[in-house]
Amino acid sequence: MSNKKGPATWRELTTGCVVFEPGSAGEYHTGSWRSQRPVWDNAKCIKCGICYVFCPEGCVQQSEDGFFKANMDYCKGCGICAHECWPRAITIVEET
Amino acid sequence: MAKRVGMEVAVAVAEAVGQCDIDVAAVYPITPQSHIAEHLSDLVADGKIDAEFVTVESEHSAISAVIGASGTGARVYTATSSQGLMLMHELLPIASAMRLPIVMGIANRAVSGPLNILNDHSDIMPQRDCGWISFFVENGQEAIDLSIQAFKIAEHKDVLLPVCINIDGFQLTHMVEPLEFPDQELVNKFLPPRIPYATLHPAKPVTMGAFAMSDYFTEIMKAKDEAIKNSKKVILEVWDEWAKIFGRSYKPVEIYKAEDAEILMLTMGSMGETAEMAVDELRAKGIRVGLIKLRLWRPFPFEEIKSVLQKAKRLIVTDRAVSFGGPGGPVFSEVKSALYAETQRPAVYNYIIGLGGRDVTVHDFVGMFERVLADTANKAVDTYEFWGVRE
Repeated sequence: MSNKKGPATWRELTTGCVVFEPGSAGEYHTGSWRSQRPVWDNAKCIKCGICYVFCPEGCVQQSEDGFFKANMDYCKGCGICAHECWPRAITIVEET
Repeated sequence: MAKRVGMEVAVAVAEAVGQCDIDVAAVYPITPQSHIAEHLSDLVADGKIDAEFVTVESEHSAISAVIGASGTGARVYTATSSQGLMLMHELLPIASAMRLPIVMGIANRAVSGPLNILNDHSDIMPQRDCGWISFFVENGQEAIDLSIQAFKIAEHKDVLLPVCINIDGFQLTHMVEPLEFPDQELVNKFLPPRIPYATLHPAKPVTMGAFAMSDYFTEIMKAKDEAIKNSKKVILEVWDEWAKIFGRSYKPVEIYKAEDAEILMLTMGSMGETAEMAVDELRAKGIRVGLIKLRLWRPFPFEEIKSVLQKAKRLIVTDRAVSFGGPGGPVFSEVKSALYAETQRPAVYNYIIGLGGRDVTVHDFVGMFERVLADTANKAVDTYEFWGVRE
């Protein structure tokens, strides 16, 4: 919730919540309601990319070193990556 | 000079909407609203008004079409009734959340089942919390006037909300009444072209109806609630302006012989005129009764209702819909909650009347007054009764 952009109070909303900036959907951080998050253990990761393939939000990205991580602006904490990860390199932990 | 004619009210509503320089109408016919759809369609087909009439395949599509058209900046109208309104239901809160100034006529009709088609208010009551400004009219003249005023209220920059006008099906829509149509020139002056807050146009793309999660949803609902509450100020201003130009005045709550009344009756819609006759009949016998007619249903006129009920000892609220398993009719619950914090408040009685087109005569209204007069021990207070039900 901390890094989101947009109006802070109801008074600052545009009438009818019209968005006047085209192509700005990415600025809405849809991961704000997440209650759990995935954590990668790169010692177990074999860089197969199955987490990247299965993430329904498309928020898992490959780093330059070949390992994966999720963009927390959009990760909703669904746990599908951890479920699909057969080397069990991903665990799901509670958000604090 | 304003034109005085005898005309069927549904046709007259379409005529009045035709005076409002609408751009798009999408209306699916349904009894008893169909004559609005038919006559508007005639006006467009005959070239009498410069508008698009979209022949949709359902009421769901009718409301969807006017939502889209309103988003482009068009002045739009739709109308429906009963099952049609129920089919529109899921779109109604979207129209108000998007703050689109849509105007809708509702020819009120009982909701199935059983299939009925005749008049009561069970179609509008489930739409109560959809964020639409909601008026009830008592006669054909009010139906015309409110249909024109609705555009001005809806499109006002401080309102920008959809408005519905409740017109009792058959009892109003199918009556031929003497009506006064306002001069077109005066309507043009009263109702200038719509200035939209935002429009859907390829040259300047915007997003309407975007997604919002729990981080914004509460704020958006709060904004909508403030908007409809604040709309009352504009409604009152528009009614003042109307009175100055056209000579007919409107209030959120109308009263009839209520000032010194010991027992008040509250009605909504066309039954007010019948209830007036019952008041006259009892007044002639020296019994001090009076009438309150609720014109503005949403936003609910709490202040006006409280001030008119201050001195009354007893109040009869009539409802033309049932809130099954609830505290009484929907109007009754509303009025009672308005009075809850008042130290001086009348004993409130509730009669469910006129369901599915059942006649409620002057004799019935006299009977309700007499029943309450006889209840000296306040036995029937705070509860509801189906008036005239066969036991």
